[in-house]
Amino acid sequence: MYVAAKGGERAIRNAHALLAKRRRGNRALPALTLDQIAQQLSLAVDRVMAEGSLYDVELASLSVKQARGDLIEAIFLIRAFRTTLPRFGASQPVDTAAMLVRRRVSATYKDLPGGQLLGPTFDYTHRLLDTSLVGDIGAPTAEIGGAEPADMPRVTDLLGEEGLIESAPADDGAEPFDITRAPVTFPVDRPTRLQTLARGDEGYLLALGYSTQRGYARSHPFVGEIRVGDVEVKLFVEELGFEVSLGTVQVTECQMVNQFKGSAEVPPQFTRGYGLVFGQSERKAMAMALVERALRWKELGEEPGAPAQDEEFVLSHCDNVQATGFVEHLKLPHYVDFQAELDLVRRMRAEHEAELKEAAE
Amino acid sequence: MTTATLGGMPAITYNFAYLDEQTKRMIRRAILKAIAVPGYQVPFAAREMPMPYGWGTGGVQVTAAVLGPDDVLKVIDQGADDTTNAVAIRGFFEKTAGVATTTATTEATVIQTRHRIPETPLRDDQILVYQVPIPEPLRFLEPRETETRQMHALEEYGLMHVKLYEDIARHGHIATTYAYPVEVAGRYVMDPSPIPKFDNPKMDDCPALQLFGAGREKRIYAIPPHTRVRSLDFEDHPFEVQRFAQPCALCAARGVYLDEVILDDRGGRMFVCSDTDYCESRQAAGHRGEMAPPDAALPQPVSPRGEDATRVSDDASSDLSASARGRPAGAGAGAGTGAGTGAGGTEAGHD
Amino acid sequence: MGLALGFADPVFDSQSAFRAAMWALARPGRLEPLAVTLDPPAPLSPEAAALLLALCDFETPVWLDASAAAVPEVARFLRFHTGARIVAEPGAARFVLITDPARMADFAEFAQGTPDYPDISATLVVQVERFSASGLVLEGPGVPGVRGFGAQPLPADFIARMVANRAGFPLGVDLLLAGAGHVAGLPRSVMVREG
Repeated sequence: MYVAAKGGERAIRNAHALLAKRRRGNRALPALTLDQIAQQLSLAVDRVMAEGSLYDVELASLSVKQARGDLIEAIFLIRAFRTTLPRFGASQPVDTAAMLVRRRVSATYKDLPGGQLLGPTFDYTHRLLDTSLVGDIGAPTAEIGGAEPADMPRVTDLLGEEGLIESAPADDGAEPFDITRAPVTFPVDRPTRLQTLARGDEGYLLALGYSTQRGYARSHPFVGEIRVGDVEVKLFVEELGFEVSLGTVQVTECQMVNQFKGSAEVPPQFTRGYGLVFGQSERKAMAMALVERALRWKELGEEPGAPAQDEEFVLSHCDNVQATGFVEHLKLPHYVDFQAELDLVRRMRAEHEAELKEAAE
Repeated sequence: MTTATLGGMPAITYNFAYLDEQTKRMIRRAILKAIAVPGYQVPFAAREMPMPYGWGTGGVQVTAAVLGPDDVLKVIDQGADDTTNAVAIRGFFEKTAGVATTTATTEATVIQTRHRIPETPLRDDQILVYQVPIPEPLRFLEPRETETRQMHALEEYGLMHVKLYEDIARHGHIATTYAYPVEVAGRYVMDPSPIPKFDNPKMDDCPALQLFGAGREKRIYAIPPHTRVRSLDFEDHPFEVQRFAQPCALCAARGVYLDEVILDDRGGRMFVCSDTDYCESRQAAGHRGEMAPPDAALPQPVSPRGEDATRVSDDASSDLSASARGRPAGAGAGAGTGAGTGAGGTEAGHD
Repeated sequence: MGLALGFADPVFDSQSAFRAAMWALARPGRLEPLAVTLDPPAPLSPEAAALLLALCDFETPVWLDASAAAVPEVARFLRFHTGARIVAEPGAARFVLITDPARMADFAEFAQGTPDYPDISATLVVQVERFSASGLVLEGPGVPGVRGFGAQPLPADFIARMVANRAGFPLGVDLLLAGAGHVAGLPRSVMVREG
């Protein structure tokens, strides 16, 4: 029996061989190691872990390498792997107040308990190309003065003591909805909203967050606090009857403090927008917090109408793996449907011509 | 799941048909409910698949959930078994499920398709799995899921009729040529996926089970065998399908859906069956179109698609380029030997 | 007391039981062969056990009728092999096991789905002893023309119950009748009359 597939199969094989060749580049150069990627392109690795929803530095580094540096492709690789993993349970909520803090800034207070900690940041660097990086200059060897580890209460908790900010939603102890295991239906609850945003595309959230600053659902935001550091993940094991530590993950948390005029029941107070992402990604955490706050318009009695407030629109389109798949699927063959349209356009043109002729006569 | 260790990293192995059992159960339950409520879109927790959203992840998940070791799988895209995406999906299941595959519609127990229903009538022991990009027939009239869900609940389909009638007012006929909406078992209005409306009548009273999977949109729906499927229309403007003026240039079939293949830049074109298996079966049975290759050339594959579209333009493709010169093999073979009868005034084969 | 074994091959045994259930609902009243490999605690039958093991897990609460609930081994067997929660409230169940069909509870006790989400409804696995080709006449999706069908035992007012179930379409419950090496389906879409 004739098997029709030969041509397509061979072309695919060849295309993949070519991809492997391009990925490797000039063989005279040493291949990138995963350690090099994890160590020297760590923010790319962080983004892949955040939007891939899987905290695994080694696999994320592998995916960056395999994807030739295309981060959305790398995120896709991680997601496709993640989805095959068994799920054992839901961890306890991570306690960011107990974070081993690497960086912490607040825009609302000049100084605060625990202090501000600049940490490794691009902020205040002059964005001048640094030609000293062309070669391997090695790391600065001089001692870098670090801050003494100190207790760092969250700014929102400090505000909360005075009742000036809405209290954080209470944890009802229930297992949160899992957007990777159940279909999302609208309207969504807070855990669903936050999960969707946490794995949402950084660029998309950045643009939407930006739009809220330009007047489309303005919420007068202040960065209450951004903190980056390591938090412990604990799992309560029912069979054992106690919590066990699964290890630590690095996260970036942003608590945005926003205005609220108050209502009949609630005195004027500040409100929260929340962002939390894997790794160090302040841009993403801040944008997420802005969008999260904008999406809360209904519960806060605000006027709707801006794009960033439209829950179904915002949440349905923030996944870059879905988005890239559907946009790029347009390159698949569509000739059957195109044929149908071709036929229709020809027919309509013929009818149009006939009408013109008739009119002329 | 995880076995040997490779270079410090554990090697990764996957379950039969890729999906884990819990995921399969979840999809299977959705399929059962979809069958019980024909045409209703059941939400399901679609997983990320190792192929992009929009490239058949919904169909692949449905296929993976129904597939068993004794199944024989056929995968088509645009009616053809040799289009690259069909090849990739077939390869995926060969690799992850080890099932037998075929290009013959009659041999298959499960057929996954994108954009076509095979020309060969289906049987009552076959399952047709459609890949669906946008499952909601009302989506282009109302983008909000919360709204369209209400419309389905209330059986409020006036908007759809208004849209179709506006077409008639503007163009004199309904201007929807594919993904033409249908009403299933007298209740739900359903998107048949982007098949040409030519294929719509095949859905009605079809003996096979029809399953629809939309991965990105996370919906599964179904048409049980022998179910009434009616394309929406109006008394004064009844539904009608596309008609082709000429038969297939290769197998002379009439009343089938044809692809237009452009042969040169001087207006030369030929029309051939979009269903490659149907076309090849007819040629094997001795049917000859006016541009068909002579008997001696058979059982030479006559497949005017696929290769050209997938040619890669680099040194690695050298072994391919000889066989893919951007001209349909069938047309060349026919016209080149003078067997062509000057079909449609084309000058096929005169390079 | 030892626990009865589950599927010898969970991947393929689940798949074949599912396929039988799928065809059963797709072709109402047509008998689909169902391999009998399990030896579950009575009164749970091997056929019903196969369907529940294939389809249930921690996401699907299960309700047992009185005769099944009276034997703790049944719940233990299902919990161990599926991880499903056994619930006391019939309306909370996604799957319902009826081992004593002559006395089965009214369909209205079980989840019917909602107008927006009619799929959030119960599937009833009903154990029967015999199938026949008469007693009921079926029509609707999945049935070319009409099809004769019968199963015993069933409650005396079974036809009236099925008519009421159809009247609520698209809401309603779906039935999988299991027994004698076969499964037959009566989805909510089917129209049932006497004959």
